[in-house]
Amino acid sequence: MNLTDKFKANPALLWSGVALIACALAVLPFVLAMAGTTWVRVTNLAILFTLLALGLNIVVGFAGLLDLGYIAFYGVGAYTYALLASPQFNIHLPFWIILPIGALAACVFGVLLGAPTLKLRGDYLAIVTLGFGEIVRIFFNNLSQPVNITNGPQGISRIDPFSIGGFSFNQSDIIFGLNFSGPVKYYYLLLLVLIMVIVINLRLEDSRIGRAWQAIREDEVAAQAMGINTTRVKLLAFAMGASFGGVAGGMFAAIQGFISPESFVLVESVMVLSMVVLGGMGNIWGVIVGALLLSFVPELLRHTVEPLQRSLFGRSLIDPEVVRMLLFGLALMLMMLFRPAGLWPSKVRKRELTEE
Amino acid sequence: MDIFLQQIINGLTLGSVYAIVALGYTMVYGIIQLINFAHGEVVMIGAMVAFTVIGWLAANTALPPLAIVLIGTIAAIPVCVAVGYALEVFAYRRLRHAPRLAPLITAIGASIVLQQIAMMIWSRNPLAFPQIIPNTVYAVGGATITLVQLAIIITSVAMMIGLTLVVYRTRLGVAMRAASQNAPIAGLMGVNVNGVIAATFMIGAALAAVAGVMVGTYYGIAHYTMGALLGLKAFCAAVLGGIGNLAGAMLGGMLLGIVEALGAGYIGDFTNNVFGSNYQDVFAFLVLIAVLVFRPSGLLGERIGERA
Repeated sequence: MNLTDKFKANPALLWSGVALIACALAVLPFVLAMAGTTWVRVTNLAILFTLLALGLNIVVGFAGLLDLGYIAFYGVGAYTYALLASPQFNIHLPFWIILPIGALAACVFGVLLGAPTLKLRGDYLAIVTLGFGEIVRIFFNNLSQPVNITNGPQGISRIDPFSIGGFSFNQSDIIFGLNFSGPVKYYYLLLLVLIMVIVINLRLEDSRIGRAWQAIREDEVAAQAMGINTTRVKLLAFAMGASFGGVAGGMFAAIQGFISPESFVLVESVMVLSMVVLGGMGNIWGVIVGALLLSFVPELLRHTVEPLQRSLFGRSLIDPEVVRMLLFGLALMLMMLFRPAGLWPSKVRKRELTEE
Repeated sequence: MDIFLQQIINGLTLGSVYAIVALGYTMVYGIIQLINFAHGEVVMIGAMVAFTVIGWLAANTALPPLAIVLIGTIAAIPVCVAVGYALEVFAYRRLRHAPRLAPLITAIGASIVLQQIAMMIWSRNPLAFPQIIPNTVYAVGGATITLVQLAIIITSVAMMIGLTLVVYRTRLGVAMRAASQNAPIAGLMGVNVNGVIAATFMIGAALAAVAGVMVGTYYGIAHYTMGALLGLKAFCAAVLGGIGNLAGAMLGGMLLGIVEALGAGYIGDFTNNVFGSNYQDVFAFLVLIAVLVFRPSGLLGERIGERA
């Protein structure tokens, strides 16, 4: 009897499990804060990347379109937020107005990219999206002249944090006798958004659109013959994936308070892709596991490998940053070679990737 | 007029480098329909190895500059060939019958791993090309061409002729063309298909090594990240010419180089300086997107049935 059947037979077990996880997640930031606020920040960033990975999973996992420029949408969201809530243009809109604008802007870019290119075969599409990502970054980097929009390579700083009324997310507050620091507040907000995104993704997967995406991924010609408007449905995948990226980008800008084109380079796209591939393309839980693994393991390595090297050799031989990148590269290679369906494969995807 | 001519010369120089790298993409694609995404990193490895050797020779011997560059290039070729072979065997061979996205993803992984290894060996800082080549400048019409530019163009043309001879005049070339038309049948006819594919990767890598030396010499530096953008542009060139087509890759490379140089030279004038030459890198991608949308088979490519 597998886990799903067990839960079906005994709903109380399921709910107690959910309650347990909820409690753990609620207490987590305070436990982490004991180890240092850095860890709360790391967790926040990990959640952000999980959001991104879930967005990319719609495009790559569900619809089977390899997008190598996904970080561009994250960038569009981040720059939208930064421009509308910073001293750059002296506009300070509240976040609940900007985040939807950012999502919409990213969505428009997704459609702009998708419309001319979706007729292409998979590997060509991948390269075109890569080129698109680079173009967007080049524009972020250079749109400081003749009108200063993005402030060029210096980036935009002093971006407003999220705030509702007098409740600002970047300062500490004592609530119920507990000290809620800025990162802890963001943690709860991010967790809320993450849960919302997971629910949306789960609902999408089994919806009419989700099934259409999977049909296209399996066999585009057959899907078309079944009456699916493939261009429109693929465009929808691009647009939705992009919007998730846009929202995550907006939150990133607010949390960091500073953004520059450096944060939206190709390597970041590859990183998000590694998360999706590692976890298992198309499986929401797998992608979450992949994203969390690739966010935390490098951080743990940073705190173990470096001191270890220092104690063994007296100096740092391998930069933790290199270890991190090697990890991403090897994850992509080894996963594709030995476990192409990911650590936690979706059932359909597994069938598709093993029997060809 | 002289600006125009100058940009054409600059474009031809870069274009010949793109063409040589594009040949590596197009040969592999022609045989196994795979985008060898890590090809740009092979170029980078070539440049790094050659620069190390050239730097050492320039500092420790009194050989003539030409001999130094030649020895550096000859040293880089076997390293690149080994890397190309390793890529084929470890990253792609197992995935030959897997869905298209699988080898593309391994290729991205491989290219990151190669970059990081290069960074560990050669550090984050760019290697500088020693000042050994005389800065001779020749006047052509109203423009000038440097010795390095001339050498790059001549070397590239020579290599293109050599490659064409290999593909159309040797047994290996026959085997390559047979494998690209129908690999299983070629195998039945006694062609060692795996060997041919490995040979293709190795020839492409050898070309990449020379391209690495050329582009490094042209810009005066080599850096562990130099391969990514160059590889991408060369891929654009291959697609522009019609991927899988040798003449197409050469034509595409030259055209892309010229488009880029002219674009960078004139974009300021055309847009009232709203956009400057710092948008140079955008042109390659715009060309790529335009080609794929309007003529997916490229300039010289045959029309092939779209497979989903």
